[in-house]
Amino acid sequence: MSGKQHHHILPLSTYLSVGAALLVLTVITVAVSQYQLGEWNLIVAMTIATIKATLVLLFFMHLKYDNKLYAVAFLIAVTFLAVFIVLTMLDTMTRDEFGRGSIDKPVQYQSAPAHPGEGEEPASHDTAGHTADTADSSHK
Amino acid sequence: MSPHDTPQASPLAHHFADMEQQRDSAKLGMWVFLLTEVLLFGGLFCVYAIYRAWHPEMFFNAHKQLNVWMGATNTIVLIASSVTMALAIRSMQLNQRKPAVRFIFATLALAGVFLVIKYFEYAHKIHLGQLPGKYYTFTGLEGTNPHVFFTVYFMMTGLHGFHVLCGMGAMLWLLRRIRKGEFSAEYYTPIEMTGLYWHLVDLIWIFLFPLFYLIG
Repeated sequence: MSGKQHHHILPLSTYLSVGAALLVLTVITVAVSQYQLGEWNLIVAMTIATIKATLVLLFFMHLKYDNKLYAVAFLIAVTFLAVFIVLTMLDTMTRDEFGRGSIDKPVQYQSAPAHPGEGEEPASHDTAGHTADTADSSHK
Repeated sequence: MSPHDTPQASPLAHHFADMEQQRDSAKLGMWVFLLTEVLLFGGLFCVYAIYRAWHPEMFFNAHKQLNVWMGATNTIVLIASSVTMALAIRSMQLNQRKPAVRFIFATLALAGVFLVIKYFEYAHKIHLGQLPGKYYTFTGLEGTNPHVFFTVYFMMTGLHGFHVLCGMGAMLWLLRRIRKGEFSAEYYTPIEMTGLYWHLVDLIWIFLFPLFYLIG
């Protein structure tokens, strides 16, 4: 067995204070969500979640101390995920004329009388086909 | 060093030059796996974003059906389990086997508490008929397509719950290997990798909790 290794052993206090910070941030995010702040609810909740995630990554997952290769790889994945979501949202949110009109139509399932009296389209015998139609028309 | 050390139990595989290289390779492999996990959940986060943007009022009304306190308790449980997991690794780094075992047991127990709370939440929703797609029979919600919210909810928390289950399996495997005396301050890579996985499971919940329980 080769012995020489330089593992970074963090003091107990680091783990405990990061854990405490995560708990405090959880309390804050729950408390803020009790108020209706419109768009700000989403912004505050996501900001706090991102701070919490960063703490977990840096300290629990040791990205702060490890080879930066892991941090870079992770950031690249997150960046591409952001690109994926932003481009998808740009697409779906800028189609009002063609697509958004049918979004508010209820999807009708054969066995779901979720909205009695509403959406009087005849329950198609081909449920899957009908659902696909609805989805289709909202994307053309 | 461990009294159980035997030649074939040497943790250094023959295709690695030394322990350091072996450990770095394992870690890089684990991070690549975690990236695929991020992208797997990322697709579902994108689904969430699309449907929330399409039906903001429906999402807001439907999210009130979730119990904030159960969700918050589960968040605290998962954070605590992340701390105990990190402390298990730290104990092994210091060659303290018994504390390491205790911390892994604590992590396992907290993961169990998470799933029990999740079970009560799911049971309540199944009872009310707040189920995905055509199985949705709940009538107490205004708005278009409220079943979509519960489809996304069950898909995302279900996949996350499955990851919790896998993490528990990995921890049982770790406990077995610790009992066999396979880990020490020289070699504890599997504990470290399980820890990375477990922290990612926590990290995903950190986003799921506000998105479903707090803002809808």
